[in-house]
Amino acid sequence: MTFSLANLVYLLQGTLWTVALALLSFVGGGVLGLAVALMRVSRFGALRFAAGTWIQVIQGIPLPVLIFLSYFGLGVTGFDVPALAAAALSIAVNSSAFLGDIWRGCIQAVAKTQWEAADSLALNGFQRMVDVVLPQAIRLAIPATIGFSVQIIKNTSYAVVIGFIELTQSGKIINNALYEPFLIFTIVGLVYFALCSPLSNASRRLEARLRARGA
Amino acid sequence: MTLHATAPAPAVEPAAAAPAVRFNAVHKSFGTLEVLKGISFAVGRGEVVCLIGRSGSGKSTALRCINGLERITTGSIDVCGHVVSPDGRADLHAVRKRVGIVFQSYNLFPHLTVEQNITLAPRRVKKTAPAEARAIAADVLAKVGLSDKRDSYPEQLSGGQQQRVAIARALAMQPEVMLFDEVTSALDPELTGEVLKVMEDLARGGMTMVLVTHEMAFASRVADKIIFMHQGRVHEAGPRDMLSRPETPELRQFVGTGL
Ligand SMILES: Nc1ncnc2c1ncn2[C@@H]1O[C@H](COP(=O)(O)OP(=O)(O)O)[C@@H](O)[C@H]1O
Ligand SMILES: [Mg+2]
Repeated sequence: MTFSLANLVYLLQGTLWTVALALLSFVGGGVLGLAVALMRVSRFGALRFAAGTWIQVIQGIPLPVLIFLSYFGLGVTGFDVPALAAAALSIAVNSSAFLGDIWRGCIQAVAKTQWEAADSLALNGFQRMVDVVLPQAIRLAIPATIGFSVQIIKNTSYAVVIGFIELTQSGKIINNALYEPFLIFTIVGLVYFALCSPLSNASRRLEARLRARGA
Repeated sequence: MTLHATAPAPAVEPAAAAPAVRFNAVHKSFGTLEVLKGISFAVGRGEVVCLIGRSGSGKSTALRCINGLERITTGSIDVCGHVVSPDGRADLHAVRKRVGIVFQSYNLFPHLTVEQNITLAPRRVKKTAPAEARAIAADVLAKVGLSDKRDSYPEQLSGGQQQRVAIARALAMQPEVMLFDEVTSALDPELTGEVLKVMEDLARGGMTMVLVTHEMAFASRVADKIIFMHQGRVHEAGPRDMLSRPETPELRQFVGTGL
């Protein structure tokens, strides 16, 4: 047997699942990560501590372990967790620790004088964050965030450990039939590259532009 | 203040007679460094008070204590009928609604236009309707002579223009007191004039102002009271002509060297 059009279509289906998983993970990780970042800069020590612990613990757990945990661990408690949900949840949780830390840095990178100007105008903490700090932090955060989305795309390949049929798993299944590992995984690698490199480039360009503006 | 001998002293001072700002034995330390060592002075309504003194003498810190950007260690500050105390954050919001501050480095919000910079606080804090907030912005921009810059972003303006927008932004909250911390120090000499003129107009218009400044000519012309700070204390205080006849050697030396 040789690599056929049907195989290619199968790989592209896997690619779509990779994209879907990445999007779910990014959205979930973004929402959680924003909460983590905001808690990390809160004036309440307990919230800062909780978020700091979260970041440290989650960053210390390998992603495949998290995926096993949510797939089999939640399964034991009686939930029948679909592989997609388990993988998305795990990657989202993992991403929240990294995005939360990146975004905390961006929030704190907004000049102290801007916080003071907001305080002096009698804005409350929420208004200060939403109207003054976050709009400036977001600008700072865009390059690193796009950069991390590349990481998320690559992280979706860990979903192979629970048999979720995304791009890498599709390649593995085709290879089990064809025994053409070099060809098949080269194609798989190229698809990942095609997904990731525009994002990497955009991130680099935005980073350079930000630097040029002296931010 | 003198009361008529025949009139009974009012139990509570009428609001108009109470000073706008009064420092009562204020101490402020950063860690073990005591920066304000018990300062007391009052700023009457409509008065212009200039704080002068060497760099590091505690002028900015004193100013920033008034609106709670720095928390005082002991003592208290009366501000427009509210009390700033070492622990209490309770009155801070009320104080900040009544006190505007302008910084040396302008601190405009770079992501907002001039008009948005000005309308933000009225809209969010006072819940002013958008149309009314824009009318206020037009009014204060006219006061600082920048009506044509309404839609510009801060980075498109010169330093002097940015500082005038910062003044306008503070004025839009209709403050009872304006604080200025060396607002012309970052400006080229040819741009300081336009900012000083705006401040002088404000002073003539009856605004209560406390300003830290190195512009001795301005202080001698506009101030109702000059306070010379030295090593965290009010070393000498007096009327605007105090600089021409300093009493302490420290002030004499300060005036002599210019800075
Ligand atoms: N946030 C701070 N932390 C520690 N020390 C400070 C801080 N702000 C000011 N100081 C110190 O307090 C002293 C007075 O500073 P400041 O009020 O800025 O003086 P001035 O405005 O008269 O130049 C200086 O010695 C300065 O280093
Ligand atoms: Mg200073």
